[in-house]
Amino acid sequence: MRGNFSTITKMFSAGAVAAGLLMSAPAKAADDTIKVGILHSLSGTMAISETTLKDAMLMLIDEQNAKGGLLGKKLEAVVVDPASNWPLFAEKARELISKDKVAAVFGCWTSVSRKSVLPVFSELDNILFYPVQYEGEESERNVFYTGAAPNQQAIPAVDYLMSEDGGSVKRWVLEGTDYVYPRTTNKILEAYLKAKGVAAEDIMVNYTPFGFSDWQTEVSAIKKFGSAGKKTAVVSTVNGDANVPFYKELGNQGIKAEDIPVMAFSVGEEELAGLDTAPLVGHLAAWNYFESIDTPENKKFIADWHKFIKNDKRTTNDPMEAHYIGFNMWVKAVEKAGTTDPDKVIDAMIGVSVPNLTGGYSTMMPNHHITKPVLIGEIQADGQFETVSRTPGLVMGDEWSDYLPDSKDLISDWRAPLSCGNFNVATGKCGGKGTN
Amino acid sequence: MTLIRTGLMLLFLLATLSSSGAGETDLRGMIAKFATAKGFSEIGAVVHELAAAGDPAVERPLAALADGNLYVRKADSLVFVGKEAGESVQLSDPLSGKASGEAAKDGITKIKVNNTLRRVIRDALGTLTLGAKDPAVRIAAADTMFKTPDAANIAPLDTAIAGEAVASVKALLEQARAASVLVSDRPEADKLAAIALIGARGDRDAVSLLTSVVANSTDAVRQAATAAIANINSTLAFWDAGQNVWYGISLGSVLLLAAIGLAITFGVMGVINMAHGEMVMLGAYTTFVVQQVIRTSFPDLFDWSLVIALPLAFLVAALVGLIIERGVIRFLYGRPLETLLATWGVSLILQQAVRSIFGPTNQEVGNPSWMSGSFNVGQLAITWNRLWILVFALAVFGILLYVMKRTPWGLQMRAVTANRRMAASMGIRTPWVDALTFALGSGIAGIAGVALSQIDNVSPNLGRGYIIDSFMVVVFGGVGNLWGTLVGAFSLGIVNKFLEPYAGAVLGKIVVLVLIILFIQKRPRGLFALKGRAVEA
Repeated sequence: MRGNFSTITKMFSAGAVAAGLLMSAPAKAADDTIKVGILHSLSGTMAISETTLKDAMLMLIDEQNAKGGLLGKKLEAVVVDPASNWPLFAEKARELISKDKVAAVFGCWTSVSRKSVLPVFSELDNILFYPVQYEGEESERNVFYTGAAPNQQAIPAVDYLMSEDGGSVKRWVLEGTDYVYPRTTNKILEAYLKAKGVAAEDIMVNYTPFGFSDWQTEVSAIKKFGSAGKKTAVVSTVNGDANVPFYKELGNQGIKAEDIPVMAFSVGEEELAGLDTAPLVGHLAAWNYFESIDTPENKKFIADWHKFIKNDKRTTNDPMEAHYIGFNMWVKAVEKAGTTDPDKVIDAMIGVSVPNLTGGYSTMMPNHHITKPVLIGEIQADGQFETVSRTPGLVMGDEWSDYLPDSKDLISDWRAPLSCGNFNVATGKCGGKGTN
Repeated sequence: MTLIRTGLMLLFLLATLSSSGAGETDLRGMIAKFATAKGFSEIGAVVHELAAAGDPAVERPLAALADGNLYVRKADSLVFVGKEAGESVQLSDPLSGKASGEAAKDGITKIKVNNTLRRVIRDALGTLTLGAKDPAVRIAAADTMFKTPDAANIAPLDTAIAGEAVASVKALLEQARAASVLVSDRPEADKLAAIALIGARGDRDAVSLLTSVVANSTDAVRQAATAAIANINSTLAFWDAGQNVWYGISLGSVLLLAAIGLAITFGVMGVINMAHGEMVMLGAYTTFVVQQVIRTSFPDLFDWSLVIALPLAFLVAALVGLIIERGVIRFLYGRPLETLLATWGVSLILQQAVRSIFGPTNQEVGNPSWMSGSFNVGQLAITWNRLWILVFALAVFGILLYVMKRTPWGLQMRAVTANRRMAASMGIRTPWVDALTFALGSGIAGIAGVALSQIDNVSPNLGRGYIIDSFMVVVFGGVGNLWGTLVGAFSLGIVNKFLEPYAGAVLGKIVVLVLIILFIQKRPRGLFALKGRAVEA
């Protein structure tokens, strides 16, 4: 979902390709290993978020090998660097599948990188595990979405703000970075809020460019919008890099969470690590996992992570948990199918259930999305989140939003005999189109 | 919520009026309930009960609770105020504040609060701290009570106003009282007087309050409130324009800082240095390292960290600049395309090097206390960090101007720029002037990094965001002219900030770019064109 564009990056993509080729160096190993592809940017703008996921995957593969591998074979990680360059993602995916013959690929962060590799995965029939929360409106046979769909993050977050615990918010600022994830999410949220009876003049939508760093005007506009005598909240889909200056400006202009809380969908422990969080206590985030969750599984995961990365200060975050779930699901599905053949594994994946880190089980649904609890957390002075609300049960990922006119009739079910990712229940035909 | 609050205030009033404040044992009994309270509603009930006791002694436990510093010891379920000290927590008594030993972090549980509870506590504390000794606390109390008006507040506010000696605090208290009158069932005349008082306050909070009054009141009051809102809004529109100018100046100062080093390397020397942004980044990372050392070894010096980082950042960036000039650029003078590609490569190397050493994630650079928060000039909110960055940018500009115009080195630099061969014939060692000029430009970029670390991410990508803006400023202002860079930076900043509220940040940026393209068509040499033979050469 998140991403970063730079015209310069594009101008010099040739240089980046060269750099990427130098870095990949696929290992040649004997046939008695099962190869797992890791497709995360290790250089360029997205390296800030994706490098951590690469390390998390290496750790998971190490652990699986320590447990004896899979189907009697050792797992072998093949790491490539798509260098935050979207076309390069497709090239690298092709290289992983055709040349390295990987059994499955774990990767991508931005929606645009996912869109760029989709044709490769369906053409070469392989499996992609996508670990980041995204805008929905998609369900592909070859992709398993282990991050949150909008109904597993955005909608429960807004519900919380509307509740008495969340402050009975009546006025809404939807602040986002200008690209597909915030625009689609805000479209869904706007439709949802209006369905809940919020008047159009009580919703303000604003977009800023990537890497935006001068938030003075935006923050004072929020302050102004919030002084209409009604409880106001900000729902932020602001991209990772722009968040630090945004929160610094909020703190400096004295916007307190008690007055105008900011609910963020893209701010996790990793982003807060670059900030002094004392002025931000009480601002919110909605995720399916927080590092502060107190379960034995999570404690073990964090301890393993610190040991693997050899740094006690490194945080864990939601996409890491998504990879943890996705990897364990894949392992289980391969064991169930008795082979790593993608076709058989794709069928075996549906219905697989593995423990997540928040004290429950996540199950792969027929629409290739998983069930997760939704957690709302408040930022604490130590840079962690304190869970203040949690959905009573698990929420099933809804790929086609019910709140957008284009997609409300669409469903996805990859089980035979339907085997369709965009079945229109109104017309009874496969092949509907959603927003974006 | 309001019902509960009214009830709470009434209870508080009864408690104070009968002056039979709950005894210490009662308070301890209430505080002990925190240990068994489950969920926010139960914790909230205990907070209400404590606040209703009306004893100023509850300020300590409530404030600690709001800050997340109230703990329950697992061993005996006693409640303490805790202060984290490394791996353990220092406990103190919630009422007396007497130290009560230490506890390991897993031996105690924190009592959770959320925003709603924090607000309830803040309101409760507002009433309790009206009589505090510190005027700042009384101002905060008046402010809270203004924002959460309640008819029950009138009596305690009347007492407070009568006893208030400081005029400015008294005015705030009277405004808070007026706010409370508006939501009470006092006669219309009182309410009209209150509206006049609040209207005179003239800020956003006043608008917010009056807007909610308009919705539910009698005709005369509604008309007065509507008129007051219109009045405030027209004044605020004037202040908004001022605010935009200030935002523009502040954005301009950031642009100036980022561009001023480039004005030397690109403007004076004509080197298209794509690694300029990375010099800014190196300066920011130097600040980070300095702060790390200070945090671990000399925590008392933290407020001085930026001052200490300045010369170091200059030296680090200047040294790297010198190495780049001697190692790469000097072979490429007069070949702009090759210079562009080579410096682009250098920038990638520097980015990846920093990524390998410090990791790809953002690093935390703290704000010293004198750079945090904001103050008001009329209705103009000015943040300290922006103000200091403006002062700093102007100071750097002034020093650089002095170096260029008044020192022998500056003279040599200008001579080499104006006519390299003639300067060489006069005995100036042009290669060394080039190297030192490049180092100076890089060093200035480094100290810009110190300032930018205060408002932006400190990550390997930091420089990327500034390189395009910097080139834009230098080209717009006129290549080779420092004054052009100054005027260019501020005019771009102000135009940008005036467009933003109307066109949005994305469109605003596009409009500015289009305007610059048109301007460059008309005046290819920018605002202040350099005259002389070098230009024609």
